[in-house]
Amino acid sequence: MTIIYMLLAVSVLVAVIFFVAFIYSVKSGQYDDTYTPSVRMLFDDELVKEYTSKKINKTSKELSKQIK
Amino acid sequence: MEIKHQDKIFCCQGCKTVYEILHENDLTYYYDIQNAPGISPKEIEGKYDFLENESIVNKLLEFNDGGTQVVSFLIPSIHCSSCIWILENLNKLFPDVKSSQVNFPEKTVRITMAGSEKSLKNLVILLSRIGYEPYISLEDSEKKEKKKDRSLIYKLGIAGFAFGNIMFLSLPEYFVEYDFWLDKFKPFFRWIMFAFSLPVVFYSASGYFISAYKGLRSRILNIDVPIAIGIVALFVRSTLDIVMDWSTGLFDSLAGLLFLLLLRKFFQQRTYSYLSFERDYKSYFPIAVTRLTKNENDVDTEEQIEVNDVKKGDRLLIRNNEILPVDAILMKGKALIDYSFVTGEAEPIVKKSGDRLFAGGKQQSGNIEVSVLKPVSQSYLTQLWSNDVFQKDYKSSFQSITDGISRRFTAVLLTIAVVATTVWLFIDSAKAFEVFSAILIVACPCAIALAAPFTHGNLLRIYGRAKLYLKEAPVLEKMAKVDTIVFDKTGTLTTNQKNVVTYEGVELTQYEKELLTGTLRASNHPLSRSLYTILSNSNIQMPEEFHETIGKGIEGKYKKHTIRVGSYDFVDAGKRKDENESPNRTEVHISTNENYRGCFVFINEYRTGIKEVFEELQPKETVVLSGDNDGERAYLEKILPSGTAMYFRQKPDDKLNFIKNLQAEGKTVMMIGDGLNDAGALKQSDVGIAVAENTNVFTPACDGIMEAYQFPKIASFLELATRGRKIIIWAFMFSLFYNIIGLSFAVTGNLKPVVAAILMPLSSISIVVFTTMMTTRAGKKLKLEKN
Repeated sequence: MTIIYMLLAVSVLVAVIFFVAFIYSVKSGQYDDTYTPSVRMLFDDELVKEYTSKKINKTSKELSKQIK
Repeated sequence: MEIKHQDKIFCCQGCKTVYEILHENDLTYYYDIQNAPGISPKEIEGKYDFLENESIVNKLLEFNDGGTQVVSFLIPSIHCSSCIWILENLNKLFPDVKSSQVNFPEKTVRITMAGSEKSLKNLVILLSRIGYEPYISLEDSEKKEKKKDRSLIYKLGIAGFAFGNIMFLSLPEYFVEYDFWLDKFKPFFRWIMFAFSLPVVFYSASGYFISAYKGLRSRILNIDVPIAIGIVALFVRSTLDIVMDWSTGLFDSLAGLLFLLLLRKFFQQRTYSYLSFERDYKSYFPIAVTRLTKNENDVDTEEQIEVNDVKKGDRLLIRNNEILPVDAILMKGKALIDYSFVTGEAEPIVKKSGDRLFAGGKQQSGNIEVSVLKPVSQSYLTQLWSNDVFQKDYKSSFQSITDGISRRFTAVLLTIAVVATTVWLFIDSAKAFEVFSAILIVACPCAIALAAPFTHGNLLRIYGRAKLYLKEAPVLEKMAKVDTIVFDKTGTLTTNQKNVVTYEGVELTQYEKELLTGTLRASNHPLSRSLYTILSNSNIQMPEEFHETIGKGIEGKYKKHTIRVGSYDFVDAGKRKDENESPNRTEVHISTNENYRGCFVFINEYRTGIKEVFEELQPKETVVLSGDNDGERAYLEKILPSGTAMYFRQKPDDKLNFIKNLQAEGKTVMMIGDGLNDAGALKQSDVGIAVAENTNVFTPACDGIMEAYQFPKIASFLELATRGRKIIIWAFMFSLFYNIIGLSFAVTGNLKPVVAAILMPLSSISIVVFTTMMTTRAGKKLKLEKN
């Protein structure tokens, strides 16, 4: 039955690992904004088309011309 | 008005433009997320020239090493998931942007750029163009170290972690009387529990010890005193229990108690992160102004400088729709200044060259040139913030209902503990300590401490859904006691929109009407815009020639017909009649082909339901305090109940002192206002509520922000606060009942750890359920919540 000591030590260790992970996640600011990431996740479903870089450059040039 | 384009419907031309830009870049997924997204952009004219000034740019940038810049903008128009999407895809529209991240609750976007300082201006212009205009104000020039206080989450996490683990370890002993193996492992289990409880007592509970100590030092028995006593008693008793091998200790109750107590703090802490309740003039004023300096050739050159650097004698150029940040003398141009936000005067004021202008006014017609009299910090308006009210924190001296009860409670508790222990010393002196500690433990007013925060927390949410955003829970208790309500007039009782009530004069022909609307359409003057929206149903004739005389009126020509719209002098070319012109009304006169036709009379539109609100608020005292002239006294007297006092031409200081005097008479005052002129009164009052047409725009420092259309519900809001108070008192009764049960166990010396472990969480949780149900019911009854 002395295995209980061992088992307890392991279970406490596992608990402590999760606890440290929790502290780390709070510290790195993961709980500062709890809404935006939930929306951001949905954007991954967007069907990404191949951008022709010319096209983008064209419009951004036009835009910057307009701005100037 | 709907615009159709490629099978999609847009609310405005702006959205369509955005769509075209996005479509070309294959960013149309924006339109799959939400129907009809976007907001129409506003016009921009040289508004962001100040972003060419390097020192201003550097103040805005959070980080800059020449190659990479990081900047955060507050963008009030962020409102839906599509906004997040478009802002996080900025790099596809603007190549300098490397990445951008939106914080939706705070309505901010953090942008990383790889460009130069110059890209910032173009970036801001691009943002404005697609409808996400950043809000840049004087406040942004003062970099605040943003440190988020996350200690409460840590404390809560530790308490929860320890609670769960201790519970596991203590369970076996609760259910087994004697077991060989359990007996063998008992000491080991108990010392692990002890180890888990250490961070709970010394870290998680530290706030309660500090608060109790502070309370005792200032001779106040606040609720944290009995809580701290309870925690200490629990810990000392449990440690002794395991050291002397008496029992398993009450470590699980200790950790559970702290977990619940911290949880209530966490609930109470949640507020509306995108609203600011601490704003002063700084977030209303611009960050930069245009200074004019003469070069060697005696030609004016424009230069963008920081508002804080403006000195006496500087000449400034104020553009249309810009806010004047200093007291100044008008040098050139016709000024039409809208002071409604600053003084409460409803009408824009025409100023002539040489007139004195006060800080905070918004120029409404063309560009003007002014000479500075006093720098920003010394202007007539900003002086208000040097008043004592803004230095001291008056509200902290407020004694909450919980503190009031806890004072008596602690006294009674200590008496019971002492009496019971003395009695036990005679009966069975060995048990005396056990009884003493048990009383302190079981009477720990956990349920009492939870009653008010959970009631308040739920009430705050109900108010929030009803569009009254309160700053913090103590405001609710003060709201329940309010007996005097002071209203500002302009912007609070009236809306910002103007309505025509009458047309006086010769009836206009259909043709004249069409010409009038066409002419009005070309003008940007606020009165023209209002008149145009009212008349816009008729067929529009665009004038061939159009001329606007700033501060006077407009003239349109169409096929030999001339129409003049504007002030009486302008329209009638000086042939003034002897008629008495009332100074308190706003009139727009019209003449066609040099023949005087008549005038439209504007009056301030009062909010719907004012009469009812004032009647519902009886018998509480109601006062109207206005910065405006008394032109509408007669009208107000007619619609408001007879007891309503009215004061006009009140300066910001007068308002503040008026509130102070009421308080000196022992009244609890609620101030409802909107502008900077109310800032002092809002701060001084016990409850200051700012009314906002749009919660995105500036609101002065206050205890709560209310969406203007909820104005008719003010009486219900106050009633709900009163009911909330009653609910708290009921919850106190309820928890006292639990305390009596617990005490009866403790006094008789029968408090076993398992009883404490069941009784304490049970009382707390039932209190939470009770308060939540009762407040939701109250909200529904007052029709603030949907069924």
